[in-house]
Amino acid sequence: MAEGQQFDVVIIGSGPGGYVGAIRAAQLGLRTACVEKTSTLGGTCLNIGCIPSKALLDSSEWFAQAREKFSHHGIVCDGVRLDLPVMMRRKDTVVKGLTQGIDGLFKKNKVTRLRGHARFRDPHTIEISAADGAKQIVQSRAMVIATGSEPIPLPAFPFDGEQIVSSTEALSFAEVPKHLVVIGGGAIGLELGSVWLRLGAKVTVVELMPRIIPGTDAQIASTLQRSLTKQGFTFMLGARVTQATTHNGEVALTVETEKKQQSELRADRVLVAVGRKAYTVGLGAAELGVAFDERGRVVVDEHYQTKVAGVYAIGDVIAGPMLAHKAEEEGVALAERLAGQAGHVNYAVIPNVVYTWPEVATVGLSEEAAKAAEIPHKVGTFSFLANGRARCMDEAEGLVKVIADAKSDRLLGVHIVGPRASDIIAEAVMAMEFGASAEDMARTVHAHPTLPEVLREAALNVDRRSRQS
Amino acid sequence: MAVDITIPALGESITEATILRWLKTAGEAVERDEIVVEIETDKATMELAAPEAGVLSEILKGEGEKVQIGEIIGRIAPGMANTVRPAPTQILTNGPTANAASRVTQPAEAPAPLSPAVRRLVEEHALNPAEMTATGRGGRLTKGDVLEHLETKEKPAPVSSPVDVRPSTALPADARSAPPPAQPIKLPASDGAEPRERREPMSRIRRRIAERLKQVQNTAAILTTFNEVDMSAALALRAKYNDAFKERYGVSLGFMSIFAKASVEALRAFPALNAEIRGEDIIYKNYYDLGIAVGTEQGLLVPVIREVEKKSLAQIEAELAELSQRARTGKIKVEELTGGTFTISNGGVYGSLMSTPILNPPQSGILGMHKIEKRPVVAGPNDEIVVRPMMYVALSYDHRIVDGREAVLCLRRIKECVEDPARMLLGL
Repeated sequence: MAEGQQFDVVIIGSGPGGYVGAIRAAQLGLRTACVEKTSTLGGTCLNIGCIPSKALLDSSEWFAQAREKFSHHGIVCDGVRLDLPVMMRRKDTVVKGLTQGIDGLFKKNKVTRLRGHARFRDPHTIEISAADGAKQIVQSRAMVIATGSEPIPLPAFPFDGEQIVSSTEALSFAEVPKHLVVIGGGAIGLELGSVWLRLGAKVTVVELMPRIIPGTDAQIASTLQRSLTKQGFTFMLGARVTQATTHNGEVALTVETEKKQQSELRADRVLVAVGRKAYTVGLGAAELGVAFDERGRVVVDEHYQTKVAGVYAIGDVIAGPMLAHKAEEEGVALAERLAGQAGHVNYAVIPNVVYTWPEVATVGLSEEAAKAAEIPHKVGTFSFLANGRARCMDEAEGLVKVIADAKSDRLLGVHIVGPRASDIIAEAVMAMEFGASAEDMARTVHAHPTLPEVLREAALNVDRRSRQS
Repeated sequence: MAVDITIPALGESITEATILRWLKTAGEAVERDEIVVEIETDKATMELAAPEAGVLSEILKGEGEKVQIGEIIGRIAPGMANTVRPAPTQILTNGPTANAASRVTQPAEAPAPLSPAVRRLVEEHALNPAEMTATGRGGRLTKGDVLEHLETKEKPAPVSSPVDVRPSTALPADARSAPPPAQPIKLPASDGAEPRERREPMSRIRRRIAERLKQVQNTAAILTTFNEVDMSAALALRAKYNDAFKERYGVSLGFMSIFAKASVEALRAFPALNAEIRGEDIIYKNYYDLGIAVGTEQGLLVPVIREVEKKSLAQIEAELAELSQRARTGKIKVEELTGGTFTISNGGVYGSLMSTPILNPPQSGILGMHKIEKRPVVAGPNDEIVVRPMMYVALSYDHRIVDGREAVLCLRRIKECVEDPARMLLGL
């Protein structure tokens, strides 16, 4: 056994929460190590989540544009075809570049990388088992569980890695499916569904709730749904798959609606994207005394400390939105606290993005949430149809909704479905972080012609003073 | 050489105060006599002004902290404001400690730029950002803060004038003074017609009056006893001696001084009316500092004449004239408005015949004087009807420590002394 190494902070998991937290801790002068059991750093996000999916979304978007929209611009593209292996290789290159980049950041900031699977011996000691069987003992004053999450399987038809797959496999299909059934109409299902739809698959989305991306402002969600339907998605809402049997490379599915009507579907691939759950397999956390909630998430207090003193947890493994940037902020906040500073995450202004086309980006309260909380509010909306830049880009589909407090005019929520929503939302997040009012946003100069002007117009519309509509 | 900002004497029974709100942040420029901090005592909220122009270089006591009379709470460095790297404020005491998880908001080191909506509102309503409470990040003002402020709108207070206003008898509507509103220019209604309603936010002073009126009503058991005074003797005294009085002393002989002296006589005999409830104790005072209500544009102010028992009529009149003048022009000091043991208010100057004065906390008695009106009264050994100049007087008292009997007798004593001033001379 290797000699015990001593650290101030050891972070188990090198995803966005883990690696960002580790770098911050090291920058603040703490002796830091980060444990990763897979061969590359970056966790789900970099390897089998955010990055590869966005790479494919961009690639497939270009493909769709070339096939369907270039002609509008007078660009005649005959015989546009797909070379999937090249597209996949590009995605892999992007992923590799970024995961290697984290390696570089670790070296630069003097974060010790530990390879293998960690298991707690006691609150300050873990045993790391490498792939080749070698074991090492590592001790630390603080331990951070940042082991992330994994896709939730459906017990009736578990993942088989071939026909019934999770997002991981859906990022690497060797061929474009003929018919892809996506179970789950949330962000992941819609994003990956979009990739394969654009590349030529028929896509059917089966969603339990009456609408897609549940939890998002209803008007935004229905706008997206209309757009996706126009693009070729088939939606079965308020429905669930009760059975899926594989035979000869094909899957026969039984779909049941709320009214108990049944129908059959045939698909060559089924993507189960019904959510993710916290992952702590083999960590030995429960034996240590760490508490878990009913969803298997690690219970922590407001300082991210578990029930075991000196053991902390951040990211997807604890409660809260399962978003990379949320994990990153928690990693930074915890690192700062451990270094004796005051770190804080403002959960009220965490943006949420769906990378379909049009994109969806939201921050703050939806209209339904404001009503449910009985907060008197005003709403301003604006359509991208009236935005100059959007028209120039030939991407004028979408709308913006700004919700402000009826009395103080303070921004309560901003919701966008439209081109580059993921970028436009940043201004709204910044404004809300400073407690800005709708009027503040309306009175801030926005360059013309740009897409963010829609924010100004929607803000003006809150008081019915829009100048472009 | 830095100039200290100290807590001045705040009145006789006041030994400490609490810092309510700093209106300037460390490093901010201040003008001479500009209000920099609000402090609160049991009796009132006061504003302290910068003794010199310069920069508020040090804040030694933060909001919510208790301070003693004479304590230095800040310093001003005379000269130009340093806006580049102002000294960090010491107001925020929750500094981060090792592993402390206190959520520290960035201390506002220099006034943060105003957001566009705030700028507009400030300009439209001629507001002073420093006077508004900021709840935004880093000490910034949000639009909501300004809107909230407008609802409880401030008008610029008179220089160094405190907000210790004493309400008194119910004044006729036209005598009740509202502060002149500071409004932006409003476009007239499109059809030129007068709007049916007009909204005016309460001034700070008005709010304070309202607050204290309710407070005293809620604590004391206020009752009023009435009597009437035949003013013939007093009028005769004045007719006979006023010229000589004016020549000797430079002030006219008014009725207020006579009533003041008469009150002292009565209060000596019935000390509960000159006392104060403090906690579970009654504090009986052996000195007689009488507050005399004066109507000003801002509302009723009650300057206090100290130790009336030791002063002559002339001294009382002279002091009254001087204090009234300064009260009306807004030049009266905080200390001159606090610490009274009993109050006299004259609604008669406005024409009031009778009224029920409200107590001036923490006092337990108040005398209301009214209009002198010629009335037929029955007098003489043969029950004749004669015309006499009569004044109704009212004595409101705190029934918690003053019996009905005491109050009635006290008022009677005042009446006796005014109807026959010789009694005061003879001690009868």
